[in-house]
Amino acid sequence: MSADVEYEPVIGLEIHVQLKTRTKMFCGCELSFGDPPNIHVCPVCLGLPGSLPVVNARAIHLGLMIGMAVGSELAPRSIFHRKNYFYPDLPKGYQISQFDLPLCLGGKLGDVRIHRVHLEEDAAKLTHVGESGRIHGSDSSIVDYNRGGTPLAEIVTEPDVRSAEQAREWLNMLRVTLRQLGVSDVNMEEGSLRCDANISIRPVGDTELHTKTELKNMNSFRYIERGIHAEVARQIEIVRSGGKVQGETLHFDPRTERITSLRSKEEAHDYRYFPEPDLVPITISAEMLDAARAEVPELPTARAERYASTLGLSDDAAKLLADRAELAAYFESVLEVDSVEPVAAANWVTELAARLDEGDPAGSKVEPRALASLIGLLSSKAINVGAARQVLDRLVAEGGDPLAIVEAEGLGAIGGGDELADAVAAAIAANPDVAEKIRDGNMKAIGPIIGHVMKATKGRADGGEVTRLVRQQLGL
Amino acid sequence: MIELSAKQLADAIARGDVSAAEAFETYRARAAADELNAYTWVAPEGTTAAPMSADAPLRGVPLGVKDLFCTEGVPSQAGSRILEGYLPPYTASVVQRLAEAGAPLLAKTNQDEFAMGSSNENSAYGPTRNPWDRERIPGGSSGGSAAAVAAGSAPWALGTDTGGSIRQPAAMCGIVGLKPTYGSVSRYGMIAFASSLDQGGPLTRDVTDAALLYGQMIGQDPCDSTSLAHPETIALPTAERLDGIRIGVPRADLAADGIEPGVIAAFDATLQRAQELGAELVDIELPHAEHALAAYYVIAPAEASSNLSRFDGVRYGLRHGGDEGLMAMYTHTRHDGFGDEVKRRILIGTYALSSGYYDAYYGRAQQVRTKIADDFRAAFGRVDLIATPTAPTTAFKLGEKTADPLSMYLGDLFTIPYSLAGLPAISIPCGLSDGLPVGFQLGGPAFSENRILDAAHALEQAIGFEPLEIS
Ligand SMILES: [Zn+2]
Repeated sequence: MSADVEYEPVIGLEIHVQLKTRTKMFCGCELSFGDPPNIHVCPVCLGLPGSLPVVNARAIHLGLMIGMAVGSELAPRSIFHRKNYFYPDLPKGYQISQFDLPLCLGGKLGDVRIHRVHLEEDAAKLTHVGESGRIHGSDSSIVDYNRGGTPLAEIVTEPDVRSAEQAREWLNMLRVTLRQLGVSDVNMEEGSLRCDANISIRPVGDTELHTKTELKNMNSFRYIERGIHAEVARQIEIVRSGGKVQGETLHFDPRTERITSLRSKEEAHDYRYFPEPDLVPITISAEMLDAARAEVPELPTARAERYASTLGLSDDAAKLLADRAELAAYFESVLEVDSVEPVAAANWVTELAARLDEGDPAGSKVEPRALASLIGLLSSKAINVGAARQVLDRLVAEGGDPLAIVEAEGLGAIGGGDELADAVAAAIAANPDVAEKIRDGNMKAIGPIIGHVMKATKGRADGGEVTRLVRQQLGL
Repeated sequence: MIELSAKQLADAIARGDVSAAEAFETYRARAAADELNAYTWVAPEGTTAAPMSADAPLRGVPLGVKDLFCTEGVPSQAGSRILEGYLPPYTASVVQRLAEAGAPLLAKTNQDEFAMGSSNENSAYGPTRNPWDRERIPGGSSGGSAAAVAAGSAPWALGTDTGGSIRQPAAMCGIVGLKPTYGSVSRYGMIAFASSLDQGGPLTRDVTDAALLYGQMIGQDPCDSTSLAHPETIALPTAERLDGIRIGVPRADLAADGIEPGVIAAFDATLQRAQELGAELVDIELPHAEHALAAYYVIAPAEASSNLSRFDGVRYGLRHGGDEGLMAMYTHTRHDGFGDEVKRRILIGTYALSSGYYDAYYGRAQQVRTKIADDFRAAFGRVDLIATPTAPTTAFKLGEKTADPLSMYLGDLFTIPYSLAGLPAISIPCGLSDGLPVGFQLGGPAFSENRILDAAHALEQAIGFEPLEIS
């Protein structure tokens, strides 16, 4: 193929999320993170002889909620399969997963279609002692079964992603959605969200799917973006130099940016899937659907759209609030206070959020009523923007009533009265050269005069009013 | 005391003629002195059974338990080298349930490795011998339980049946064995062979004992999702007659090769008695029964290949080659730990589930299974029970069939269809052929154990089978 052909990446994502249940997928052991090893274990999650799994109903419930959130078709009957392979983190020698009858089929989030969502159990945690950090070449390996059997939802997309950046942005949307659903902690560092990417390339305009590679277990959104970039570049390089992409499973090392092969297609496992005979089919009742539906909140994409279309927020402002459930909730409680204008409320909730770092404004000292009152003072021009920011700082630090703060601190705006007119006259007198430039039609030169007025009024003057008075007094 | 059936012993204890402790020690000593290699563990001297309530229905009549059942702190080796010395941290639900009902653990009984076998020759702990003739096998895989009960070293015992593993050894040892409806007895704590077929059940001296023990085994278990509540309580059988009972006989299946004339003779004589007791005999067909064996020997090994994957040397049991890397540990542990028959079935099962072969083998076998269940449904529309011999032969000689697994598999001809369909069936002794016991199998629809036990009781009374003299 010639070098001037342009290629586009075709990317599908497989995301594993640990579900936020109290107990494991098939036994009564509690979920944990960071506890001493092998204390949350029992015959079932250790795969002891004779033990049998029992499905965690709460995991089914959370799985249905995910399906509802992405608009999946919810299977009235689905079954578990055994996925057979040997590994020390898999105590039974098989993982109980789902195969051809998953809990949820189809769906869409943003502009990426969902292929399926199914439930399975997590493996145990392996630590390899020795330099390699991998099982091969390690001195020994130790297994912590605390994590083994944690409920997982695997979300598989259609190959609708066309760039590394889109992958990162979409994953972020998914993470925000799942967090607001309350089904998972979606924390990549703790492993409650993990992602694999299936990557192929094709000439732009081509509609066929070409041989794909699977990039495994990237543990941050940044690495995912970089890993996809590196793999797409590698594939283009192969094709441009006349080669063919081989189907294989790959590992991206973020330290070296290098991609290495974990196993080729020939070495791929034959998982010998067959229906799990220790479990009966899951049948989804109307009651289960109702219970799941009742727990699905308004989700970020729908909420952002509502903010933009019915409240008139910009798309960016709408998304910013909607992506953080706590900001959205606070925003809506500010709006509930009488006659607050939504765009102003959005701006000031954003201002407040910036002062709270990642904190929830509902937990701050700033009452929604106080923020609404601050916005009211600003829109009635009782204070100017600078003063409003000062009041907000005080509210964040100490709480209280904005009007009282304004009065106590003398932050009230100077209106159109004589006091301001006198201050403007004094400023013009002190800056004759600037006044000259303005008379010549250069309004941009007004800065020093406004600065003079602000200094004289301790920042309480309204900029627009000052400009009006300057023009008036200069006879313009 | 040892001549008493378990029910009679329970009554004697209830009357105060004998104490539960006396009964336990008597049998404990007998089990410890066993010469048939029926046991892999016997309660040590001085063992006192856990306290039970005064009205515990089984009164303290001690129980032999197939080694396949996990028993806390007591070796549970499933007849395999790979579990040598394994002490489970928990007890199987049904063993726990029976202990609470007043049947304390007396001993663990020998078995074919992971219940794979029909002769007990596949035990890593040596074959069990048939008390009727020590040169012969006791049947399998619950051969230890059957030999123990027949020899009177245990009043009764638990077995498991996947394709005939309770019924066939019961037949070969001249005792009663009941394979219950799939799901009626919890499998939790039963080391799995083939999960969709495995079912625990009683091996007893008579039908009444089987009813008494089974009645305490049933019940839904929250730890076993495939367990079901039995719709009936199990009554002690009282029937003396079979008036109005229609018994189906699949004549075509009885014409198969390899059925011993002595077996057919004892079977026909029993049908004759059934008629005399008022039963109506009806010729029936089970058109797909001829494929049952083939389907079974795909499904059971397939499930077994997966169930036995957990024996990898990582967490418990045997570990060989642990210093030579992961792959060496897996291969050495499994090579050294599993016997030939287990390896054979793991290979068959792995092959049957392989990508590209699944539909042709496992998928096909499941279709046969559905057809067989349909055959039974149709048949039980016309008859109340179905009768066949339990096994085509009487007990064969040790070593006679070990070189020919296929002929060994053919021994499950009559028992496997019920296993595939999940239906209950009992084997009762119906006579002798060349001095060896012959089993008569009666099967019924799901949860028809009361009907089966009643009919078996009536036949048992009429047959008057002379059990092995207990010494
Ligand atoms: Zn557990």
